[in-house]
Amino acid sequence: MEYWELFKTFFMIGLFSFGAVPVIELKAVKYGWMTTQQFSDIFVVAGMSPGPIAANSAILVGYSVAGTPGAIISLFAMILPSLILVMIIATLFQYLNHYKVVKSMFYGLRPIVTSLIIYAAIKFTLLNNVIRTNISWHTLSLLLIFGLSLVALLKLHWHPVYVIILSGLVGITLYS
Amino acid sequence: MKREWKILLEIFWIFFKLSPAAFGGGHVLFPLIEKEIVDKRKWLKMEDVADLLSLSQSVPGAIAINSATFVGQRISGIKGSIVALIGISFPTFFIVLFLGSSLHIFMDHSHTVEAAFISIRASILALIISTAIKVGKVALIDKTTFGIIVFGVLINFFLHPIFTILLGAFSGMILIIIKEKLGYKNKFSRAA
Repeated sequence: MEYWELFKTFFMIGLFSFGAVPVIELKAVKYGWMTTQQFSDIFVVAGMSPGPIAANSAILVGYSVAGTPGAIISLFAMILPSLILVMIIATLFQYLNHYKVVKSMFYGLRPIVTSLIIYAAIKFTLLNNVIRTNISWHTLSLLLIFGLSLVALLKLHWHPVYVIILSGLVGITLYS
Repeated sequence: MKREWKILLEIFWIFFKLSPAAFGGGHVLFPLIEKEIVDKRKWLKMEDVADLLSLSQSVPGAIAINSATFVGQRISGIKGSIVALIGISFPTFFIVLFLGSSLHIFMDHSHTVEAAFISIRASILALIISTAIKVGKVALIDKTTFGIIVFGVLINFFLHPIFTILLGAFSGMILIIIKEKLGYKNKFSRAA
């Protein structure tokens, strides 16, 4: 019964939500799966882990309600709607790709997606205090790390994974 | 038959490998996909990947998961999309459960982890910006598309992404019609 409830809840969240964390909290508290305090612990772990926070929260809520099967069911339910919708859209796209209407839609979509990514960069900077207004050794070193990472990615064509790993090591040496 | 399995296995492995690296959200996955799928294996073109990224933002769900599914689908159909989806979910699933059950060990070293992340965040910003530059190169065809980018950044502060996406697709259709009426020759992409 718990399995079915987990599946139902996370399937709906996966289907209707773009950025679903507050909805997950609401449902988890409403069903008595956990308290708000417990959820905020989960949120910390979900944020520290790689991967989307919403999916990570689903895994952890499922785990605390019904163990490993619960975690698997929650993740599966959460990504199933995306899988179905992606398949429908991808198939449509392949058939309609050469039509002029679709081409002109992408003429507008590509710049909009570029703007979304620029916006994501701005939001990321503001949220994480990557760039601060006061000039200090700390700020300068972060700017340097940022600049060197950009050069490594764009000019030297390093694999992004290596950039992240090396950056982490630099961080441990500099800031701990 | 054997060849298909080899490709499917390779798709799984690519996303399995990239999944733990996708820290700063879905946009970080884009340069990784580009490196593995476009540069190394030449399965898709840069432009295809940019379009799939556009599509993956218009579907509910996490961008990282959606774009993996789209790319898998494009390379080898439904099987490809399922394999990519499993590949991208598998590692994070175990990492999340591991962290959740051993949080205290992790917290004991939280200073080291936090120090690493101070630097990693600056690099993630570099990754997001390199994504913007790469997608921007595909998107930027003429003055109109430049205008849409600038306008888009501004309205993102006020609108939910799904509405900006819809607005983008809609304005693309309208602008192409207007430009045709005015007698411009339309280019839909850089290559054409």
